[in-house]
Formats: sequence, C-alpha cells, structure tokens
Amino acid sequence: MNQSIIDYTLHLADNALIISQRNSEWCGHGPVLEQDIAITNISLDLIGQARSLYQYAAELINNSPAMSGSSPSIGGGQGEASEDTLAYLRDARAFKNCLLTELPNGDWAQTILRQFFFSTYQYLLYQQLQQSADGTLAAIAEKSLKEVTYHVRWSSEWVIRLGDGTEESRNRMLNAIDELWMYTGEMFIPVAYESDVATEGIGVDVTVLKDQWMQRVNEIFAEATLPSPSQNAWAQTGGKEGVHTEHLGYILAELQFMQRAYPNSEW
Amino acid sequence: MSTYQHINSSTQKIWSLLEEVTDPEVPVLSVIDLGVIRDVKLNTTPDGEESIEVVITPTYSGCPAMDVIRMSIRMVLLQHGYKNVQIKTILSPAWTTDWMTQAGKEKLKDYGIAPPNPKQQVCNTQLFAEDEAVQCPHCGSYNTRRISEFGSTACKAQYQCNACHEPFDYFKCH
Repeated sequence: MNQSIIDYTLHLADNALIISQRNSEWCGHGPVLEQDIAITNISLDLIGQARSLYQYAAELINNSPAMSGSSPSIGGGQGEASEDTLAYLRDARAFKNCLLTELPNGDWAQTILRQFFFSTYQYLLYQQLQQSADGTLAAIAEKSLKEVTYHVRWSSEWVIRLGDGTEESRNRMLNAIDELWMYTGEMFIPVAYESDVATEGIGVDVTVLKDQWMQRVNEIFAEATLPSPSQNAWAQTGGKEGVHTEHLGYILAELQFMQRAYPNSEW
Repeated sequence: MSTYQHINSSTQKIWSLLEEVTDPEVPVLSVIDLGVIRDVKLNTTPDGEESIEVVITPTYSGCPAMDVIRMSIRMVLLQHGYKNVQIKTILSPAWTTDWMTQAGKEKLKDYGIAPPNPKQQVCNTQLFAEDEAVQCPHCGSYNTRRISEFGSTACKAQYQCNACHEPFDYFKCH
C-alpha cells in the first residue's frame, strides 16, 4: 500500500513538473508580453505544486524501510530522497507523468489546448482529492485548486478565442486537436497504483472524472465552434507506468543537466 | 545555554519582531500584513532550552518569496537572540487575501499597488467573467480595465486606468 501512495504522489508531482517545464520554454518567446507572463506564471504555480508533492513523496520514501537505501527508482541511491533527487536524479522510466504533459509545445494553439485539457483534468482531480483520507494530499489539493482555477479559465478563454477567431487560428486549433486528442484518454484509464489508492479513499478514481471532463470540453468547444472529438477514440497510454514518448528524454536532458554534470551543485 | 535570559519570551514579543520581516517582492508589506504567519508557539526542549515554532503558509504554491521569507524570519529571530527556531509550513487552510491586514492594504495602495477588493471576488471557472471594479491607486478612478489576470508576481494582475491611463498592478483576490 505504501508503495502505491508513493507512486501516486510521484505521478501527481511528475504531471505538474513536466508540463511546467514545457510551458517554461515559452519564457521570452510568448506571442505577446502579457501572455508570455501568463504562461510562465502558470509554470510557476505548477512547479510549486510539484515541489509540495515531491517533498511529501520524499518523506514517504525516507520513512519506508523497504524503500531506503539504493532503489534506483528514487534516484541517486545515496543518502535520503529529497524533492531535488526526485526531480533531478530519476531516469525517464521512473517518471509517471501522463504522456499529454510531455508533448512538445508546437504552436501557441497546441500549448493552449494541452493546458486546457490538462488544467480541466487537474481541476476535477484536485476537487476530489481535497477529500482524501491522506491529510497531506488533501491539503496540497486544497491549496493548488485555487491556482488551477485561474489556469482553467485562462486556457478555456484562449481555446474559444482561437477556435472562433480567424481562419488561421481556427486551422491551428483543429491541427492541435488532431495532435493531442489521442493522448487525453490516458488521464482517465487508471493504472494499478491509482486503483489501489482510490480503493483506500486516498486517491481519486479517475474513471469517474471522464464524463465531467468531456462535458467541459464539449461546452468550450461548442463556444469555440470547434467539432467535438470522439469520446471513444483510441488512447495512447504508458506514461503513468514509465513508458514514455521519445520527448521525455530530451526534457530530462535539459532539466537534469546541471545536477548530472555537477552533482550536488547549488546556487 | 541561558545567555539570553534577559529576553522576555512572550509570543507577543515574537509577533512584534516578525513585523520587521518583509515580503521581498512587495517590501512595504510585513509578513504579518500579508497574513502568512499562522501561529507562533513557544516550546521548552527537554534540557530546558526554549524553542520557537513559527507556522507559516504560502501565498501561492510556487511563490519564490517564501524561501526568502523563511530565511528572513530565522535571521531576525537570531539577531534577537533566539537560537532555536523551527519554521513549519502548512497548506491548509489555504491562504486567502482576506487574511491581509487593513494596515497592509493601505500600505499597498500608497506603494502604487491596488489592494485586494474588500468584497472577495475569487476566481471561478466562469468564462470571460466581468472584471472586478478595481480602484486606480494613482488617481482613485474606478474606471479601470484588466489587461491580464497574470502579472509580475503570482499574486498580482495587470490593470490599466482609463482615466489617467497609468498601468498598475492589482493584488488579486485569492
């Protein structure tokens, strides 16, 4: 059971970290200054959430006799786990983020749509997680939900603006839907550790979030005059269990470079 | 061990010392004004030394000022002879701008940042919601518009005054 809580906490943390790292690539490159600031602010919120979750995962790992020592999945294998070892010293196969979060930014439409899909999911998830039997996860969810509310609103408005905008912006949005849709199903297909923690009342049963998520997507797409994608489309899975797209390795290469090249460096 | 016996260690004293600790991003606000100090506890260790526990809560999860604030609290208390300081972070109940003091709101306005509205209009997922009527900290007009919900720090939104045309930051309700 303890292993499942650790895996689940890492899964939540990895989702937040990886999409945050992706968004941060826009820093200094946003289409206009205000939106550059918006997307990087969202990154900052998500890094903060990832930190809280990694700190908790590290605490669980360090307090778990079976996990202490040199488990390669916690990275380092020397000394105690910390938020830093978990972010900087695990390899791609140990990351449990959904594939959606690691996909390239593409154009602004693709970044916006990815954020809309993810934030809507995160919003519904955190709403439920506030009632978790695990007090720490409940508190992190309560804190994060206020931030995610802004992300949902901001990204929804942008989906509408682009979808119902010019021919150019609409075409970009349609392309983004084609690119991303097959990666959305994974969010609602639980893996073993998610089912474990859901049974215990610690985690959220993601299968029940799907209808609400679909409803919100349909509402926003209708407003944006975009076609509703099929609810039963084939879903690419694997990320939650460490089987990633080729993109994650490149993200980690950049994210982890300093700690790999100069171990234990601080600044 | 008991070098600092002259200090009257009531928690009241600690609270007043914390008035000296300011937010590095909004230096006119103390951590008390900001409402991030949730509790101050005095404990005695088994060998008779006193230790202080300061309980804080972050404004936003990713706010980088929190690390600096933690360090500043420790420094200020150390300077006043408190060696044994624990700083504990709690997340629940989540911080809200309702906890900002009235004095803090006035300091913000004088500094050129519109303080959070007294009537909470917390963000919801409602689309294109009406902008909050925010008063321009420069000319006092309520004829202002929101440029972006996200600003120079996590806690602020960007506004512009339609009367005097000055752009300004709004410390948004949260």
